[in-house]
Amino acid sequence: MAEETILSVVDLHTSFTTDKGEVKAVNGISFNLTAGKILGIVGESGSGKSVSAYSIMQILEKNGSIKSGQILYKGEDITKWPESKMRDFRGKRCSIIFQDPMTSLNPVFTIGYQLEEAIKLHTDRRGKEARDRAVEMLELVGVNEPEKRIKQYPFEFSGGMRQRVMIAMALACEPDILIADEPTTALDVTIQAQILELMKDLQAKLGMAIIMVTHDLGVIAQMADEIIVMYGGRVCERGTAEDIFYRPAHEYTKGLLRSIPSVDTMGQRLEPISGTPINLLNMPKGCAFCPRCDAAMKICLEQQPPETRTVDGHLAACWQAIRTEMDAGMVRVEQKA
Amino acid sequence: MDMNYKPNPEYLVEVNDLKMYFPVKTGLFGRTPLKAADGVSFAIRPGETLGLVGESGCGKTTVGRALIRLYKPTDGDIFFEGKRVDDKSIGGLRKDMQMVFQDPYSSLNPRMTVEDIIGEPLDVHKMYTSREDRRDQILNLMEMVGLNAEHATRYAHEFSGGQRQRIGIARALATKPKFIVCDEAVSALDVSIQAQVINMFEDLQKQLGVAYLFIAHDLLVVHHISHRIAVMYLGKLVETADSDELNANPVHPYTQSLLSAVPHPDPKTAKNSKRIILEGDVPSPLHMPSGCPFRTRCRFATEQCAKEMPQLTDRGNGHMVACWNK
Repeated sequence: MAEETILSVVDLHTSFTTDKGEVKAVNGISFNLTAGKILGIVGESGSGKSVSAYSIMQILEKNGSIKSGQILYKGEDITKWPESKMRDFRGKRCSIIFQDPMTSLNPVFTIGYQLEEAIKLHTDRRGKEARDRAVEMLELVGVNEPEKRIKQYPFEFSGGMRQRVMIAMALACEPDILIADEPTTALDVTIQAQILELMKDLQAKLGMAIIMVTHDLGVIAQMADEIIVMYGGRVCERGTAEDIFYRPAHEYTKGLLRSIPSVDTMGQRLEPISGTPINLLNMPKGCAFCPRCDAAMKICLEQQPPETRTVDGHLAACWQAIRTEMDAGMVRVEQKA
Repeated sequence: MDMNYKPNPEYLVEVNDLKMYFPVKTGLFGRTPLKAADGVSFAIRPGETLGLVGESGCGKTTVGRALIRLYKPTDGDIFFEGKRVDDKSIGGLRKDMQMVFQDPYSSLNPRMTVEDIIGEPLDVHKMYTSREDRRDQILNLMEMVGLNAEHATRYAHEFSGGQRQRIGIARALATKPKFIVCDEAVSALDVSIQAQVINMFEDLQKQLGVAYLFIAHDLLVVHHISHRIAVMYLGKLVETADSDELNANPVHPYTQSLLSAVPHPDPKTAKNSKRIILEGDVPSPLHMPSGCPFRTRCRFATEQCAKEMPQLTDRGNGHMVACWNK
C-alpha cells in the first residue's frame, strides 16, 4: 500500500505578541503526517510542540498567529481557509484531545449531551441516531454501561474515564487526524497504560493518523512510528523510534536520553544537560541549543544548522552530527527540501 | 497510640501504625472518616533514602506531612532519633526535619528576596551570631545548590522552575537537618532540569549525610534515587524492599502492574514487554473495600482477601509484602 501523506506542515512560523516583545514559539518546522501512522512530537516546555499542534487546528490564543508557512491538508493550504471552513475541519477531519480531562468537559451538561453536540454539529445524525452513536462511541472507548453513563455529569467520572470520554468525542465524527496533546500527563501510570493501549487499539480499528505531543520519552518510545524532537521552536532531529533512541545524532537528543533514569543506568550518576531552559524572547543567533551544549563549536554560535542526513539515514540539525558525517567520508551535505 | 512502643535506636525516623483520618461531610449530618493513611509503619536509617510511591490519592503526601507534623495524626507513633514526635517535642525537632515541596511556584513567597527566603529558617531558629554570619551562611547554602551569589537580592519570579526548586532546597538545608521530606520535589521539572536536581539531591546526601523520604509517582526516578522503596495503595503499604530487589522481583500484584505500566524510554522493551493492565479505577477512599483494598482490581483475589487485610510479612532480606496469595 502506498503511503499517503495526509497533512504536510511546511516551514511553519508561529509567534505571540506580548508586552515584552514577540515570542517566536515555532520557528520554521516542517513535517509530513502519513495516513494511519503515529507521529510523536517530543520536547520540553517551551519547545513549541503544543503551539505547532494548535497552529494546525488554528486554535491559538488571541495574541498568537501563524506568521508564515503552509499547512497542507490533502494538498489544500488550510491556513488560507476562512473560519467557517476551518470549523468544519476541526472535529470532522481533525480532532484534538487535551492534557487535562478535568477542565475540557463542561461540568453543567451531561456526558451524553456533550457527545451528541459534537455529533449533531458535524454529521446528519439527529435525535435517536445521534444518541445511539454516542452510546456506540462510549462503548468503543471502553466505558462500562454506556446507556447509564451517558446520563451522568463529568464529576461522576474519574480522570481516566473522562479522558476516554474526550477520546470518544474526538473520534465521534471519524476524523482523519487525531492530535493528542499530552493526553496522559495528568493521569496515573496504571491509568496511563490503559489509555495508551486504548489509543493504539482505536488506531488499528479506525485507521486515523495520530500526532502525539508529549514531553515523556517513555510514552513516545511506546507509541510513535516516527519521532520529531523539538527544541526552541525548531526540529532538532527526526527519525523512527529506533533511530532516535538507539542512534541519536543531535547533541540535544543525546543529552535528553542521558538525563532520564533508565534500568541500564541505575546506580550510576545521571548526566544532565547543563544550563537553564531557553528564553524565547532572546533566541541565540545560531543553533538554539548551543548555549547549553557541551560540544558547541564556533559555527554553532553563528549559523543555524541545516537538517542533514546522518550516517544511518535519519535527519538531524546539528553541526556536530555534520562533522561526524564528514569524518565518516560523507562530505555530501544534503539538505531536506 | 502505643505508649509502650520501644523505638529501635538504629533508625533515624520510625513510624509505627500511623493513622491519619480526615472527617468528610457526607449528606446533611453524616461525617465519614477519609482514611488517607491507615496503619502505615516504616523506618528510615540515617543517610538513607526511602522512596514512597503510589498513585494519586493513595496517601503518600499525607504520610510525609504527618511525619513532620504538618498534620496531627489520628493515631500511631512517630519517632525521630528515638524521641517521640508529638506536640511538645516537635518545636525542637523541626530544625532537624525539613520539607521540599512539589510546586516551586507556590512554595516561595513572591514578596521575599532569595536571601530572605533562605534566611527565614535561620531567623526562626536563631542560628546565627551576627548579620555577617547570617549572610555567609546564606551565600554558602546558595553555592551548595548551585545558585550565584548575585541572585541573593532577586525575587522568586525572576527564576526558572529548576532554579526555584534549588531555592526551596537551600531553604530546607538552612537548618542543617538530618531528614528531609521531598514531596514530588522533581515532578514539576523538565527532564533535563530534573536530572540536575536529582544529582544535587544525591550529592547533598553524600556531603551532609541527610536522609530523605522521597515521595514521587515517577517510578524510574524513585528507583534511581532510593535505597529502599515503599509502595502504597489506598492508605496502606503493600510492599517494601530494597530498590533493585523491588524492581527485579516485585511480589505484590499491585507493584507488579505498577512496574509493568511504566513506559520505558526504549522502543524495544516498550514494544515487547507484556503489560499487566489493571482494570478499572482506584476505589474512592470514602468507600474502601473490605479486607485488602486492592482486591477489587486484583487478578488473584480470593474470598479471604475480602475478609481480612493481609499484614506486611518478611519474605527474606527485608522484602516485606502484604498479600494473601503471593
